[in-house]
Amino acid sequence: MAGVMTGFGNFTHAVVRAIPSSLAKEALRMNVLDVDLVKAQREHEVYVGVLKHKLGLQVIELPADESLPDCVFVEDVAVVCGDTALITRPGAESRRKETEAMRRALKELDLNIVEMSDENATLDGGDVLFTGREFFVGLSKRTNQKGAEILADVFKDYAVSTVPVTDGLHLKSFCSMGGPGLIVIGTSEPAQKALKIMQQMSDHRYNKLTVPDDIAANTIYMNLPSKGHVLLHCTPEEFPESAKVFEKLKDHMLIPVSNMEKVKVDGALTCCSVLINKKPKV
Amino acid sequence: MTTEVGSETEVRKEPEKAEEQPAAPEPAATNQTDEAKAAEQSANDHPAPATESAEAPAEAKEKQEEAQPADNATPQEGEDTPASPPASEKKGISRFLPPWLKKQKSQSQVGPKESQAAPKEEAGVASVKEEDGEKEEQAEAEQTSSPTAAQPQVEEEKINGEPKPEQKEEVKSEEKEEENHSTGSADTQPAKEEKAAEESQEKSAAEEENKEAEEGGEEKKDEEESPKPEGGHSFIKSPLKLTKKVKMVMCHVTMLDGSQFPCEVEKRAKGQYLFFKVYEALNLLEKDYFGLSYKDNADQTCWLDPTKEIKRQIRNATWQFAFNVKFYPPDPSQLTEDITRYLLCLQLRQDIVSGRLPCSFVTHSLLGSYALQAELGDHDSGEHRLDYISDFQFAPSQTKEMEEKVVELHKTHRGMTPAQADAQFLENAKKLSMYGVDLHHAKDSEGVDIMLGVCANGLLIYKDRLRINRFAWPKILKISYKRSNFYIKIRPGETEQFESSVGFKLPNHRAAKRVWKVCVENHTFFRLMTPEAPIKAKFLTLGSKFRYSGRTQAQTRQASTLIDRPAPYFERTSSKRISRSLDGAPMINVTEAQESAPTSGENGREPGLELSSDSKSGRLRVQGENIYVRHSNLMLEDLDKTQEDVLKHQASISELKRSFMEATPEPRPSQWEKRLTASPATSLRLQAQGSADDKQKSGEAAWQAAEVEIEETVVVEEIRVAPKGSVTITTPAVITPVAVESEVEKPKDEVMEEQKRPVSVSSDSEEEEEEEEAGEYHPQVTVSASVDQIKEEPEEEGEEEEEQQVNEESVAEPLPEPVVEVKAQPVPAVVEENSATEPQLAPVAEESPEDILVTPDEAPNGHAESPEDHQGPVALEEEEEEPRVNGDASHSETERLPQVICCSEPPVVKTEMVTISDTFAAQKTEIATKEVPIVHTETKTITYEAAQLDGSGDGEPGVLMTAQTITSESLCTTTTTHITKTLKGGLSETRIEKRIVITGDSDIDHDQALAQAIKEAKEQHPDMSVTRVVVHKETELAEEGED
Repeated sequence: MAGVMTGFGNFTHAVVRAIPSSLAKEALRMNVLDVDLVKAQREHEVYVGVLKHKLGLQVIELPADESLPDCVFVEDVAVVCGDTALITRPGAESRRKETEAMRRALKELDLNIVEMSDENATLDGGDVLFTGREFFVGLSKRTNQKGAEILADVFKDYAVSTVPVTDGLHLKSFCSMGGPGLIVIGTSEPAQKALKIMQQMSDHRYNKLTVPDDIAANTIYMNLPSKGHVLLHCTPEEFPESAKVFEKLKDHMLIPVSNMEKVKVDGALTCCSVLINKKPKV
Repeated sequence: MTTEVGSETEVRKEPEKAEEQPAAPEPAATNQTDEAKAAEQSANDHPAPATESAEAPAEAKEKQEEAQPADNATPQEGEDTPASPPASEKKGISRFLPPWLKKQKSQSQVGPKESQAAPKEEAGVASVKEEDGEKEEQAEAEQTSSPTAAQPQVEEEKINGEPKPEQKEEVKSEEKEEENHSTGSADTQPAKEEKAAEESQEKSAAEEENKEAEEGGEEKKDEEESPKPEGGHSFIKSPLKLTKKVKMVMCHVTMLDGSQFPCEVEKRAKGQYLFFKVYEALNLLEKDYFGLSYKDNADQTCWLDPTKEIKRQIRNATWQFAFNVKFYPPDPSQLTEDITRYLLCLQLRQDIVSGRLPCSFVTHSLLGSYALQAELGDHDSGEHRLDYISDFQFAPSQTKEMEEKVVELHKTHRGMTPAQADAQFLENAKKLSMYGVDLHHAKDSEGVDIMLGVCANGLLIYKDRLRINRFAWPKILKISYKRSNFYIKIRPGETEQFESSVGFKLPNHRAAKRVWKVCVENHTFFRLMTPEAPIKAKFLTLGSKFRYSGRTQAQTRQASTLIDRPAPYFERTSSKRISRSLDGAPMINVTEAQESAPTSGENGREPGLELSSDSKSGRLRVQGENIYVRHSNLMLEDLDKTQEDVLKHQASISELKRSFMEATPEPRPSQWEKRLTASPATSLRLQAQGSADDKQKSGEAAWQAAEVEIEETVVVEEIRVAPKGSVTITTPAVITPVAVESEVEKPKDEVMEEQKRPVSVSSDSEEEEEEEEAGEYHPQVTVSASVDQIKEEPEEEGEEEEEQQVNEESVAEPLPEPVVEVKAQPVPAVVEENSATEPQLAPVAEESPEDILVTPDEAPNGHAESPEDHQGPVALEEEEEEPRVNGDASHSETERLPQVICCSEPPVVKTEMVTISDTFAAQKTEIATKEVPIVHTETKTITYEAAQLDGSGDGEPGVLMTAQTITSESLCTTTTTHITKTLKGGLSETRIEKRIVITGDSDIDHDQALAQAIKEAKEQHPDMSVTRVVVHKETELAEEGED
């Protein structure tokens, strides 16, 4: 019997979405960079392939919507924890409709769907760091206090602490979980500052794995029955120094995944999937 | 201005109360009637009073002792009298204070009133305190003898007179005055038996105890029997009925399974007795995680302090308690016995159902399924239909879907023993983020609503559901509270150079103290290996001495390892929502009990204890050094620092001062920054808060004073801090001479005010409250050393009641002594007592002495005023009161006594000085009801103090270099005092205190006058701030009103 807060990193399903061609030109981005659509799509295919074939997850692939250039970044529109899915209200107005397809997909998975209907609330999933024991919610350009409150209301078992995000798009633009009780964090000042806040706010002790590049700190951790600890992280081509750091994780099955193109539109590894642990019906 | 407002409201309220009092006019007859009334009232509102009345005799004895003279009553009294002098010496103020004064407020004022009545007649003539004492005694005697009136009360009184032992028996045996009962302890007034008893105990001490011990048991029983006719249990809630000397009281304890555990205890038993009984009944060894909670008058849940008398803690509340988990073990698997885990489970189930422990749907279901498994065993598909579960409650709101889920999960627990199911329940529950978190409503420095969560790991700050900050115990250097503010001092971070303080605004003083106590207890329990040794009161120390006295978790764990008994059998009570028994056995169920009684669930959580005393300022020895460093740093960095930082620095500086001087408890309000950004505005806000506090205080005062009001006096003190860091200017404004009685208020320095107002005010209660107002606690282990610094003070519990009493009588006499000592603490109270009942004449004479006394004392504080002036003139003026009222600068005399307020009215029997530190206005109403007017005239003084600005160390042991007083008269009487003293550091500090006294009749618009006075004062001295507003009212009651 799975108890409360057990099985961190254990996932059975993943929801992803294809890249629309409008991404190259219209996707929101903090820096003006040209995106090679084809390369990006190839990257994404590899990414999905890893989830599906290498890790054996059941992957639900949502079709792209040309009117929603950022729709590939599904993480922002839903926060799933246990059997409950919170459909967010993304901070960027242009992305609000991305929730529709996600909602349908999650309903089909028989999750308890909770809507963020408050019009004053905004929340991007990219600002939500779930550690297995608690949530940290970055208060950023995309996420506000109200959105965090609603999240806290939905996931009552967990402490929900807020962390100001001054630089970067999202909280997870410079950090992520690299294992149970292990936070991967970038070296930038804002990243370190955020880590400090998180450590202060938490009743739990976290180890940290510091990587030279902030964006490289965004990784995907899973604990799969058949594979053990799995970590999807940046490739040596992108961030050679950071990639070396991950090699210290001897217990992890390390899978470098390229994210060169999507990162140009502020897409990190975690952004491209919503991971779900769906227990088999008894 | 805010303060003004507060005063106005209070004033108005008071009059109303006054009306009540008028009813009781004549001496003897009135007394009786009053008693009866009091009894009734008490019965209705405050059960306790009745019991108190029983104690009254004891009080009388005390009075006699104090008064020395004419006690005819009981032989015991005679005994007491000789002893009395020592007694008074013992605790200073309280001793001096007439017994009746102390307890009158809350409980029936009968005693005092009576005394007052007598005086009135004799009034003008008898000025001597002693006489009063005699009168009172007589009055009491009359009461006892004459009327059938109060019924039990009368009897009790009589009995009491004889059997003091009885009263004391219970309590004494167990308790003994250990702490400060003396100050807090009741006076002679019949209504307040307990206090009286306490005092008497203290005084008579060993002798009485012995007697009691001998006689006690038997007598008690007898007494108990007599009252019982009503029905043993019924008594519990109405102590009044017990009026006779019965010393046993029925306590009802709501257990975690919802059952009621009746337990008879001696009225004066300490909390630990009841604890013991409960643990014994439960067969519980790992008891340190648990506690007993009760609801105070404000319906706030408080923890019963085992080391203190139950009655003093619950005051007028019913003897209804709840057994709850007080410290939630972070890892329940480390508990040794299953029974302990079982009880913890029951508590958590309460927490869950009450919503205090929020859970997700899944968690509710999971925990519910374990609860079912533990209670019902394996799921039996044949026996257990789906609806078997609907009798159980798993969540605040539970759906069919949830019930289905619970059943589904229940099925998976097959084979699990109850103990295993409990263990699984706990393993999951302990992970919940709100597990063991004790929430308290508060506001941050910016007035934003937040919640303070105290738990095993530290202090959590929530805004709505979000955790916005967290202060782990190791990060917290000091925990303190002052008035309704709660402060924590944070250890500087790695990159930070300075300690910072964070302040929170609680709804009221009591709430602030509750949080403080809970923090002290949780820190000690979870973080320390051994509890800190109780602090010994040092001379001049202020604040609460409250400390957690139980075992720490480390100790209890160690003790648990020694448990060597077979796992005790215990019965798991059915927890069905509806009381049906599974087997048809009629069980009373927990659920209902839980739902009804248990609010207890919540009770357990908010344990604000009133029990403890506070420590206003504790100092770390270590801090001294740190502080110096800070100073230098401060200087260097000021330029770059934000205002916030500066404020922090100031705070640390002020703390430093405090630590050296002991005096001022807290730094300026402004210093308390919030963790959130503090803006310059913060300081303003803080001040505003301070004023708010004042209002609250005033509220209390009103409440306490309820009885009679004829004249009103407003005293405004302004304190200013000179621009120079070291220089402090205080402007106290004061008083109206109006009333016949003279009350001496000590001028308050900033320090004094902050620390306690008691000094000035007469009543013990005030002192206590004030003391209580602030408390400090240094969480660090190292800090423990600092413990000494923490000031201990008399108990708080009695405060309210005491205050009232004090007020009434306080007037003229004793002031002098108190003044001096005031700063130190309790002494002042004594002084106040003196004046109380006696006629006008006395006041004058008394006043003068008082003033004189005051001066010396004040000098340290900054009050150097001409004592002489006060004396005669004051009295005269007071008599004339009304005429002076509006425009009259009442008395030059008045001026001199900047700090002391003297009011004397010829006819006035009682004078009450009420100093209110903080209380909600709301409370006012409550109290008013109780008081019965025996006395014709009453004088009430209400003091509003603003949060003190700086900790310019008033209390500091500086050397007074110069002191000059300038007085001018106009509408108001204004006294300006310049005091310069040399501090240890070689710095000289000059404080200017300006005291403005407005005197007038009830006809006068005091509010307006006050507002005007403040306005003018501010115009003249923009830098000064109003630190204190004292409203003194005297009311004459119609003699007819007796019945």
